[in-house]
Amino acid sequence: MLWKQMRQSGGYHYLLMLVPGIALLAIFSIVPMFGLMMAFQDYNPGKGMWHSPFVGFRNFSYVFNNDTSWLVLKNTLIIAISKMVFGMVVPILFALLLNEVRLMLFKRFVQTVVYLPHFLSWVIIAGILKDILSANGLVNLFLMKLGVHDPVLFLGSNVWFRPILVGTDVWKEFGFAAIVYLAALTNINPSLYEAAEMDGATRLQKIRYISLPGITTTVVLLATLSLQGVLNAGFDQVFNLYNPVVQPTGDILDTYVYRVGFEQVNYELATAVGLFKSAVSFVLIIVAYKLASRYAGYRIF
Amino acid sequence: MTALTYKKFSLFDAVVTVLMLVVMLLSIGPMLHTLAVSLSSQAKAEAGLVSFWPRGLTYESYHSILKDSQFFRSSWVSVQRVLWTTGLSFIVTLLLAFPLSRETRQFPLRNPFMWLLVFCMLFNGGLVPFYIVVNDLGLYDKMAALVLPSVVNVFNTILVINFFRGVPKELHESASIDGANPWQQLFRIYLPLSLPVLATVSLFVIVTTWNEYLHGLIFIRDPEKMPLQTYLQSIFIKIDPSHMTSEEIIEASKVSNTTLNAAKIIVSLVPIVAIYPFLQRYFIHGIMLGSVKE
Repeated sequence: MLWKQMRQSGGYHYLLMLVPGIALLAIFSIVPMFGLMMAFQDYNPGKGMWHSPFVGFRNFSYVFNNDTSWLVLKNTLIIAISKMVFGMVVPILFALLLNEVRLMLFKRFVQTVVYLPHFLSWVIIAGILKDILSANGLVNLFLMKLGVHDPVLFLGSNVWFRPILVGTDVWKEFGFAAIVYLAALTNINPSLYEAAEMDGATRLQKIRYISLPGITTTVVLLATLSLQGVLNAGFDQVFNLYNPVVQPTGDILDTYVYRVGFEQVNYELATAVGLFKSAVSFVLIIVAYKLASRYAGYRIF
Repeated sequence: MTALTYKKFSLFDAVVTVLMLVVMLLSIGPMLHTLAVSLSSQAKAEAGLVSFWPRGLTYESYHSILKDSQFFRSSWVSVQRVLWTTGLSFIVTLLLAFPLSRETRQFPLRNPFMWLLVFCMLFNGGLVPFYIVVNDLGLYDKMAALVLPSVVNVFNTILVINFFRGVPKELHESASIDGANPWQQLFRIYLPLSLPVLATVSLFVIVTTWNEYLHGLIFIRDPEKMPLQTYLQSIFIKIDPSHMTSEEIIEASKVSNTTLNAAKIIVSLVPIVAIYPFLQRYFIHGIMLGSVKE
């Protein structure tokens, strides 16, 4: 039945078109998923992941009975959730303010400038930050002018490391994140503002009673979708900024996987941690999308 | 804002404008500082005298880059990598997106494939199994390891699918009646109509590929094949000011040069800064993925 339909509609052409893309997906996405078996194996490099002996949940019990794992999970949650909160509030405030700029040319210019950092890699940004935050860097020079005598070693301090992660992440992404809110703001019916004008509303009142309610749907939707990132504290950022000194506060699941896998060459443990993260993330994503589609009519396709 | 009445520039406007200028400075300040350092004399940069303006203006660091053969090798690797990835990605994304943009009536297997795609976007096997699979394919220390895994980007594909679905059905129908097969429809009708969105997606691929460092770190050992970002990272790791005293930093920077590193950062930024302003058009569709019903 299906095949008959396919033949009639020229469907085999379509199948042929899918071959290269699906083949690449199969090799680089789907086969590695089977590689998750390693989490249940005593991995033997000689035998490879298809023939190593299975040991049940031994790797997991090792991971869960290890203090480092819990520390890493705690760090991940603290960093990721802080980033989620500030990563929503700052772009919204910025979008509301930028929306008040009346000169279109200036508005476009500001927007273009502020989302430049989004396109720079964390390797580069980390290079810049290490210079600026160093003992004789820009920030410490400024502090000295304010009368602070001892330079603060920001990236070598367990007090400062997390705030710096959150701060620099917000700095890098707020301009890009604001785009969605700006789009929602331009969709607000102008007659609402005109009516408010007639009633003698001030600019701040218009923001408070028209602009803000006008983007509530978007805000709620994006907040819901951001749930899926609870275990993503930002590998690229932490990996390029951290060092052994700040491991107690800065080590996150992804960097832990990297260290266990590539530095201690313990593939099965790294995979077990990775599987734990993937599984929890997957559940979070499903929940987030379900909520988003139920309450905001959101569809992926 | 309305154009009904002429509004004068109020205090509120002044405050907003000033705030926006401050925000702009915050956003590009760090890059300006790096640019200033790259144009300053080594002595003044190490003494921490440079803020946002070059001190002791000199192009010395840019001359020194010319002597750094590894910087050039790595840049060339990155350029090749970008060309390969973008070219392949263009073709593969096009071919992947077209069938999936058809209705189930035309292509009955659309939905299962679509879900497969989305599943691959949402769930992955993690870094270690991926690493082992790429090595098992014999790609270790080969250019292909830097290109092939990044060719299919599900996010970009969905972007193109959504664009294709917005193309008026009549075009497709009239072409079918004239006897055009799917290949002709794709290349004669859909491709020309969607050049803007394809260009944007390609620019995205260029930027992401240029910025990618991790695959270069785990798969490449031969300096001849090391991409630029991976090379830059190896430099920044050597000098880590985060837990060094100022004396140690000055000692280390005698070996690795502050202004030279700044110059390398600036040079590696040039392509991105040149490209990114053109990436605005389809952001919204990209970020919102699919359709939001207001």
